[in-house]
Amino acid sequence: MNLYAIRAIYRFEMARTRRTLVQSIVSPVISTSLYFVVFGAAIGSRIPHIEGVGYGSFIVPGLVMLSLLTQSLSNASFGIYFPRFTGTIYELLSAPVSYVEIVISYVGAAATKSLILGVIILITAALFVPLRVEHPLWMLLFLVLTAITFSLLGFIIGIWADSFEKLQLVPLLIVTPLTFLGGSFYTIDMLPPVWQTVSLFNPVVYLISGFRWSFYGLADVPVGISLAMTGLFLVACMTTVAWIFRTGYRLKA
Amino acid sequence: MPAIIDISDLSKTYATGYQALTGVDLQIREGEIFALLGPNGAGKTTLISILCGIVRPTAGVVRVGGHDILRDYRAARALIGLVPQELTTDAFESVWATVCFSRGLFGKPPNPAYLEEILRQLSLWDKRHSKIMTLSGGMKRRLLIAKALSHEPRVLFLDEPTAGVDVGLRRDMWALVRRLQMDGVTIILTTHYIEEAEEMADRVGVINKGEIVLVEDKAALMRKLGKKQLTLQLQAPLAELPPGLMRRGVELAKGGEEIIYTYDASAAEGEHAGIVSLLEDLDMAGVAFKDLHTTQSSLEDIFVDLLKGGR
Ligand SMILES: Nc1ncnc2c1ncn2[C@@H]1O[C@H](COP(=O)(O)OP(=O)(O)O)[C@@H](O)[C@H]1O
Ligand SMILES: [Mg+2]
Repeated sequence: MNLYAIRAIYRFEMARTRRTLVQSIVSPVISTSLYFVVFGAAIGSRIPHIEGVGYGSFIVPGLVMLSLLTQSLSNASFGIYFPRFTGTIYELLSAPVSYVEIVISYVGAAATKSLILGVIILITAALFVPLRVEHPLWMLLFLVLTAITFSLLGFIIGIWADSFEKLQLVPLLIVTPLTFLGGSFYTIDMLPPVWQTVSLFNPVVYLISGFRWSFYGLADVPVGISLAMTGLFLVACMTTVAWIFRTGYRLKA
Repeated sequence: MPAIIDISDLSKTYATGYQALTGVDLQIREGEIFALLGPNGAGKTTLISILCGIVRPTAGVVRVGGHDILRDYRAARALIGLVPQELTTDAFESVWATVCFSRGLFGKPPNPAYLEEILRQLSLWDKRHSKIMTLSGGMKRRLLIAKALSHEPRVLFLDEPTAGVDVGLRRDMWALVRRLQMDGVTIILTTHYIEEAEEMADRVGVINKGEIVLVEDKAALMRKLGKKQLTLQLQAPLAELPPGLMRRGVELAKGGEEIIYTYDASAAEGEHAGIVSLLEDLDMAGVAFKDLHTTQSSLEDIFVDLLKGGR
C-alpha cells in the first residue's frame, strides 16, 4: 500500500472541501430547513401521524438520505472529473499508485464530506421536529454504507462524463427522481398496488426504508433486505470501478 | 553503461486507428542526457506517455531500471519524474501544498528540507505560499519541474521543456539539467528545437512518423552527417567558373564574388586533399581570393536532410 499517496490525495480533496465548505453546507441546510417549514410545520400539521410518528419527524430520514446521495454524487464526481478536465490527472496516472489506492482516497474523501453534511442536516432537523433513534448503530451503518456507495457511483460518473453538463445530468435526471419516488415523503403502501411493485425496483427505496427503520422501527421492506440491497449496489459499483481501471476506460488512451 | 530504459518493439495504435508508434527499439543509458528530436506529431509525447503509464502500449515491452512498466509499475514509476508538455497545474492550491502532494503521491515520506532546496533552485521559494493561479507562465513551468523532482526521481522526462519559454528561463533550465546530470539523474528531453539537442544532449534520437530513424552520439552524428563548406571570397568577381575549377561540390555564389566548396566532414581525410588541389587549381587559373572560412552544418541541417531523405 502506498499510504503516503492515499494521505496526499485525501488531504488534497479535503482541502478542496474546506475551501468550499460554507457554500456546500449552507445550501443543503437552507433547503432542508425549507422542507421542514413547508412539510413539517405548514402542511405536516394537517397530515395524520404515520404509524405513530408525526409527519415532520417521518420525513427526516428521507431528507437526510436525499442530501447524502446528492452530496456524495457531486463530491466524488467532481473530485475525479476536474483533474481530467484540467489535465492534472497526468500526475495521478503516472504515480506508483494502484487503482484501489486511488479509489480509497477519492471515495473516502467524498464520503467523509457527505457524512459531515448528513450529520449537520440531522442536527438541523432536530431543531425543527422531535427525533428519536431506536437503532443508532444501524443508523450509522446505513449512513456510512450509503455515503460510500454513492461516492463510488459519483466516481464512476466523474470518469464517464466528458462535459460539465453530463456531470450534472445523472444526479438531476436519475437520482433526484429516484429519491423523491423512494419514499422520502410517504410509505410505499400509501401507493396504488402497481406503483408499489414498480417501487421495489428503485434502489433508493431500500436505503430510505432501512434508514427510517433505524430511527422509528418503521420499514417498507424488512431491514435485512434493505441491507442486502445496499450491499449489492455497493458491489455493483465496485465491480464497475474495477472494470474501468482494468480497461483504462476514459482514463488512458 | 547499463540501460536504465529498455524499449523493445513498442507500438501504439490509438482508438482512432491512428498508429502513433511503430516498432520502437531504444535504450537509454544511465546518467545520460538523451534528446528525442522530431517534428510535431512524430510521436514524442506518445512515447513518453507510455513510459510514464499515461498511455497504454499496444504491443512491445518497456523496462525502467529493470522493472516492466506494466507488471512492475510501482517500482518502475517510482523512478520517474515527468514534466509534461502542457502547462497543466491546479489553480487554488499553494506552491508548497502542490509539491508536498507530488512527493506523497509518489510514496515518499515528507522531507521539507529537500523540497525547500528544490524550490530555491527553481526560484520559487518566495512564492511558496502563493496560489498557483497567480503564477506567471514561466513560474508554472518551473513549478511543474519542481513537482517532477519532488520525489527524487532517477529518470526525468522533459517534454518540450523550452517550447514558448523566454531565453533567460531556457538558459536556467539547461543549467538545471546539467546539475541534475551531475547528481546522476538520467534525462530524456523531447524537442523540435535542434539548438536544444545540440546544446544539451549526449545522444540524439530522431523520430519521425512514429519510427526511430536514427540514434547516435551527438558528436558522432555531427561527424557522420555533417557537411563542411569552404567559402572563398574572391578579389575580383567571376562571370563563370574557369574550366580548371569545375568539379563536384564547387559552385559560384553571390554573383560571382564567392566560390563555395561543399564536402562531407566524415570523409575529411580524403577531402582535405580535395581542398589542397582546389587551392592549387585556383592559383593556376589565376583566381585570387581575399578571405576564406569553413562552416559545419548544424543538427538542424542534418535533421532536415534526414527527413527529406525519407528514411
Ligand atoms: N489520444 C489520442 N488519440 C488519437 N490520436 C492521438 C492521440 N494522441 C496523439 N495522437 C496522434 O498521435 C500522433 C503523435 O502525437 P504526439 O505523440 O503528441 O506527437 P509529438 O509529441 O511528437 O508532437 C499525432 O498525429 C496525434 O494527432
Ligand atoms: Mg508532444
